Amino acid sequence: MRHFRLDLDNDGILLLTFDSPGRSMNVLSGDVISEMAEIVVRIGSDDDVKGAVITSGKDAFCAGADLEELGGHFDSVRALMGTDPEGAKRKLFETQYGLNRTFRALETCGKPVAAAVNGLALGGGFEIVLACHGRFAASDNPKLKLGLPEAMVGLLPGAGGTQRLPRILGLMNAAPILVQGRQLSASDAAAQGVLHGAVPQAELVETAKQWVKDNPGARQPWDEGKFRFPGGGPYTPGGLPIFAGANAMIRKESFGNYPAVGNILKAVYEGAQMPMDAALRIESRYFCDLLLRPESGNMIRSLFLSKQALEKGEARPKGQKKGTVNKVGVVGAGFMGAGIAYVSAMAGMEVVLIDQDQASADKGRQFAIDEQAKRVKRGKSTREKADSLVNRIDATVDYAKLKDVDLIVEAVFEDSGLKAKITQMSEQTIGHTAVFGSNTSTIPITDLAKASARPENFIGIHFFSPVHKMMLVEIIKGERTSDYAISRAIDFVSRIRKVPIVVKDTRGFYANRCVMRYITEGCNMMSEGVKPALIENAGKIAGMPVGPLALQDEVAIDLAYKVIKQTEADLGNEYQPGPITEIVTTMVEKHGRFGRKNGKGFYVYNGREKHLWPELHQFAGNGILDSQPDVNEVKDRLMYAQAIEAARTMAEGIVHDPREADLGSIFGWGFAPFTGGVISFIDTIGVKTFVNRADDLRRYGEQFEVPQLLRDMAVNGETLYGRFSPHKAD
Amino acid sequence: MTDAYIYDAVRTPRGKGKESGSLHEITALSLLTQQLEAIRDRNNLDTAKVDDVIMGCVSPVGEQGADIARVAALNANYHEEAAGVTINRFCASGLEAANMGAAKIMSGMSDMVVAGGVESMSRVPMGSDGGAMIVDPSFNYENHIVPQGISADLIATKYGFSRDDCDAYAVESQKRAARAWKESRFEKSIVPVKDQLGVTILDNDEHMRPGTDMQSLGSLNPSFVAMGRMMPGFDFVALQKYPEIESINHVHHAGNSSGIVDGAAAVLIGSGEMGEAMSIKPRARIRAFAEIGSEPTIMLTGPEAVAAKALKKAGMSTDDIDLWELNEAFASVVLRFMQAHDIDHDTININGGAIAMGHPLGATGAMILGTMVDELERSDRETSLITLCVGGGMGTATIIERV
Repeated sequence: MRHFRLDLDNDGILLLTFDSPGRSMNVLSGDVISEMAEIVVRIGSDDDVKGAVITSGKDAFCAGADLEELGGHFDSVRALMGTDPEGAKRKLFETQYGLNRTFRALETCGKPVAAAVNGLALGGGFEIVLACHGRFAASDNPKLKLGLPEAMVGLLPGAGGTQRLPRILGLMNAAPILVQGRQLSASDAAAQGVLHGAVPQAELVETAKQWVKDNPGARQPWDEGKFRFPGGGPYTPGGLPIFAGANAMIRKESFGNYPAVGNILKAVYEGAQMPMDAALRIESRYFCDLLLRPESGNMIRSLFLSKQALEKGEARPKGQKKGTVNKVGVVGAGFMGAGIAYVSAMAGMEVVLIDQDQASADKGRQFAIDEQAKRVKRGKSTREKADSLVNRIDATVDYAKLKDVDLIVEAVFEDSGLKAKITQMSEQTIGHTAVFGSNTSTIPITDLAKASARPENFIGIHFFSPVHKMMLVEIIKGERTSDYAISRAIDFVSRIRKVPIVVKDTRGFYANRCVMRYITEGCNMMSEGVKPALIENAGKIAGMPVGPLALQDEVAIDLAYKVIKQTEADLGNEYQPGPITEIVTTMVEKHGRFGRKNGKGFYVYNGREKHLWPELHQFAGNGILDSQPDVNEVKDRLMYAQAIEAARTMAEGIVHDPREADLGSIFGWGFAPFTGGVISFIDTIGVKTFVNRADDLRRYGEQFEVPQLLRDMAVNGETLYGRFSPHKAD
Repeated sequence: MTDAYIYDAVRTPRGKGKESGSLHEITALSLLTQQLEAIRDRNNLDTAKVDDVIMGCVSPVGEQGADIARVAALNANYHEEAAGVTINRFCASGLEAANMGAAKIMSGMSDMVVAGGVESMSRVPMGSDGGAMIVDPSFNYENHIVPQGISADLIATKYGFSRDDCDAYAVESQKRAARAWKESRFEKSIVPVKDQLGVTILDNDEHMRPGTDMQSLGSLNPSFVAMGRMMPGFDFVALQKYPEIESINHVHHAGNSSGIVDGAAAVLIGSGEMGEAMSIKPRARIRAFAEIGSEPTIMLTGPEAVAAKALKKAGMSTDDIDLWELNEAFASVVLRFMQAHDIDHDTININGGAIAMGHPLGATGAMILGTMVDELERSDRETSLITLCVGGGMGTATIIERV
C-alpha cells in the first residue's frame, strides 16, 4: 500500500490513514482507487477485521478527484469517439464506474465503516464520507469544509454524491450543495444529519472507532426495505412539487448553459426511483455524458488548471524569480484605493494608505473596518483577527512613510497631471527596487511612465471594481517596463490571491477593450430597432451575467461619456463615432441619466426592482423593427463582437497566452464561464466555422471583421490554444 | 365515407370542485354512470349496438383509473359487448373522445359510440397522475415547460391584453351564463345528479357568480405572481423562450380563469343507418375535426391553429361559421383567439363558459359540443366550430352543422 497506512487495533478495527506520498493533498487517482478496492476486500473477508475507520494523514482529508488525470482521459476518449462512439462510451463508463463500484463495495462489505474527517473533504473526498456508515468530523478545524464543487468545473459528483446526499437531505436541501457548490462546516453538516457527530480533533478517531464497535450490523438507511426518500420521491404528493420546482429554479439561473446542472437534476430524479446499485449506474452514465461535452473540458482547463497556474505566477517572465511583497503603498484612498488597501491587509501585508488629507485617508481605512465588522458579525472572522488586519493599514498624508514599501499602487482620479505629480513625490522616498504601479484604466502606461525617473520600474496594475470581489488583475506592460517590474507585480497579485494576467499597453488594455464591444453591440442593435428586452435577455441567455445595457448602467453612463470625449480628443479625425456615441451623449446631456448610480439609466431603478426605461425607443432611428431578429442572431452578435476583439488582441500580441485571455474574460467581465472563456469559445466553435459566421455577421458592421490571423488559422485547421500553446517553446 | 351524426348529448350540472361542492360526495364512477344511463334511456338505446364507450379523463388514477369508461359502461348495465376506452388529451379529452368516435363511424368500423368524459376534480385533484412533463428534468428542464397560468399570462403580455380586458371578458361570461340558465338554454342537456339514495343532489351549475362585476373582480390578487416571479420562478423559464418580453404581466386570477369543478358528459354518435335502425333522429353532423400541436411554452394558443386546420379540412372559411365555442380556460385564451381570427364577441361563447360554470377537465369538450348542438337548434343557426386549448401546446377542434 502506497496511499493508505493500515493499523489493526486490538478490538479488530482497521484504521485506514489516507496519506499519499509526495503530495500536499490527498486526491483520488486511479492508483488510490485500486488500493482502496483491495482494502475493501480485506475488510469484508478478513475475520480479524470487525470494522474500519477512514481518516487522513494530512491537514486536509481529501480534495477529490485528480483533475489533471481526469483531463488526460479526454483526449484518448475523444479520439476513440471518432471511430467507435459506442465502444468509447462503454470504455469510459467502465473506467468511471470503478469509483462507484469501490465505494458501493465499501458500504456493502458487511462490516461497519466510519469516516473520521479531520480536514477539508471535497468532491470525491466528501463522497467517500457519504459512503461510510458512520460519519464524524473535527469540530475544531475552521478549514474543514464538506462540499461537492464538481458542478463548478462542468462535472457532477460522480462517486455517489448525486445519490447519497439527496437520500440524506432530500432534494431541496441537497440542491444548493450539488448544484451551486455550497460547502458545509462540520457543525452545519452534523446539524443537518449529514454527519453523525462533530467532535474535537483529539477525540475524532476514537469516537469513530467507538461508533463502529457500537454498530456491528451497520447498514446504510437506503439499503433498508423501509427507506423513504426524504421529502418524498418525484411521484409522491410531497416530492412532486419539489422535483418540478427544482427544474424551474435551476433553469432560471443556468439558462440551460451548464450541462452539469441539468445532468445532476436528471441523475437525482432518475436515481431517486431506483435502488442504490441501479442509481449509481445512472449517475455514472450522466457523469460520462458530461466528460464527452466541451463545457467540462473547457471549464476544467480554465477554472481549475489555468487558474491555479496563473495564481502561482505562470505569467512571470523567464529568468525572474518569485519573491514576496511585504509592504505596499496605496496612493488615493477613494473607492478603488480603499479596496486595494483592504485586500492587501487581508493578505497579511503592511499597507500605507495615502490621500491628500487625513480625513480622506481615514475614510479609505474605514472601508476595511466596515468590511471586517461584517465578517465578524457573520462569524467568518474574529474580533482579534479583524483588529490586527485593520491595524496593518496606516492611513496617512505623509509620503515619507512610503520609504520601505516594496510596491506602490496609485489609484487617484484619471488625471495625467495629478498622476505625474504623485509618481514624482513617491519616487523621492521609495527605494530603488520598489515598483510603481498605476491603477489607471484609461491612460496608456507608456505615457504615464514619462513622469517617472525609473520607467523600467513603472507598470500598470489594473484592478476591477469592487476590488475585494473581483478576481482579476491586469498587469500592464509599458514600452519600457522591465521583466523585474512585471515579476514583482505578479508577486503582489499572487499574494492577494487574485489572478494576474500580463497585458501589453493598449487603449482599454484587454478586458475593457473587449467588454466595450459587448456594450457597443447592444447599442448598435438598439439603434437598429431591436427591442431592448430582446437585447438584454439574449445577453443573459448567452451566458453573460447581465445584459449589455444593464452592464453600462453598472459601469455608469457618464463614465462612458467621459471616456468617449477623451477618446475623441485623443484620436481627433481618426475617431469613428457610432450609435453608442449618440446614445451615451443623449442619455447624459439631454436626460441626465448616468446609470444605476443616480437611479436613472437604461433602466429605471425602484428600490431593488428595475425595469427598462420606456423611452429607449427614441434611439431606434427608424423605430422598433416590426419583425424582430431571432434570439440566436442577437446572441451571436453580442458574443462574436467580444470574441473577435479578443482574437484581435491575441493577433496584436496584447495578450500572448490564451489561458490569460480566457481567465481575463471570465474574471474581468464575466464572459460566459461555461465556455471556458472567450478564446475557448472560438476554439470550441472551431476557427473555420467561427470565421464563416463572423463573415455572415459582417453585414452589421466592421466590428465583425476578423483579423487575418483567424483566416490563416481557418485554412490550416488550427486552434488558438494550439497556435499559442503556453507549453510550446518560444 | 360514412357520415357521423350526433343524436344526443347530456351532461351533469357542474359542482364546485372542492370539499364543500355538492358533487364531492358522489364518485366519478357514479357521475359517469348516471350520464350513460341517461343517454341510453332518453334514446331507448339497444346498448348491444354500441361499439365503444370512449371517455376523456385527465387524471385517470385512483377511482378514475383502470379504464373508467369500461367500468362505467358495465356499471350502467350496458351490454357487455359495448367496449370502453379512456383517453387523455388533457383539457380537450371530451371533444377528442367525440372526434375519435366520429372517426370510427366515418371509417365504417363502428356504427354507434357513446363519447364523453368525466372529471371529479374535488376527489381526484389535478396533478394526481404526476407525469414526466412537469417532473422529469430530461424533458421539463430542457423545454421551458411552465404551468398553464403562466402561459395564459404570457399570452396576455405578448398580445397586449390588460387585466381590465380579461376582467371585462369574465364579467360578460358570467352574464351570458346567467342569461342562458334563466332562459333554460341548457335544459335539453342537463341531467341532474342523484345521490346514493336516488335523490337529486345538484341540478344547476353551482360555480356561477351572476353578480360579478369589474369592481368585485378588481379586488382579486393575480394568482401566478408568486410562482412566476419568486418560487420557483416560472416566469424566467418562459421568458428564456420569449426573450423579446421584459416581464410577464400577471392578469389572471380565480375570477377570470376557468373554475375547478366536478362533472361528466356523454354524446351519442352514430351512422345514419344505425340511427334509422334505432328510430332516433340525428341532430347535427360532424363535418370535420382536427388536432394540432403548437409551441408548448405559451401552450394555450393551439385553438388558433387547430381551428384553421379544421376549417381547411371542411373546405370552409371563418365566415362560414355561425357560432364559435372556445373553452374559457383563461380569459386571454379567448381574447387571443378572437384577435387572431377576427371573431366578433357576439358569436363566440354566447352562453358563457368555463369562467362562469367551470371546467371539469376530461368532460368539458363533450359538454361544450352538446351546448352547441342545443344552441344551433335554439337560435336556428347552421354551423359551429368547437375548440379547446390543450396542455403541451395542443389544440382540438370540431365543426358541426345542423341536419
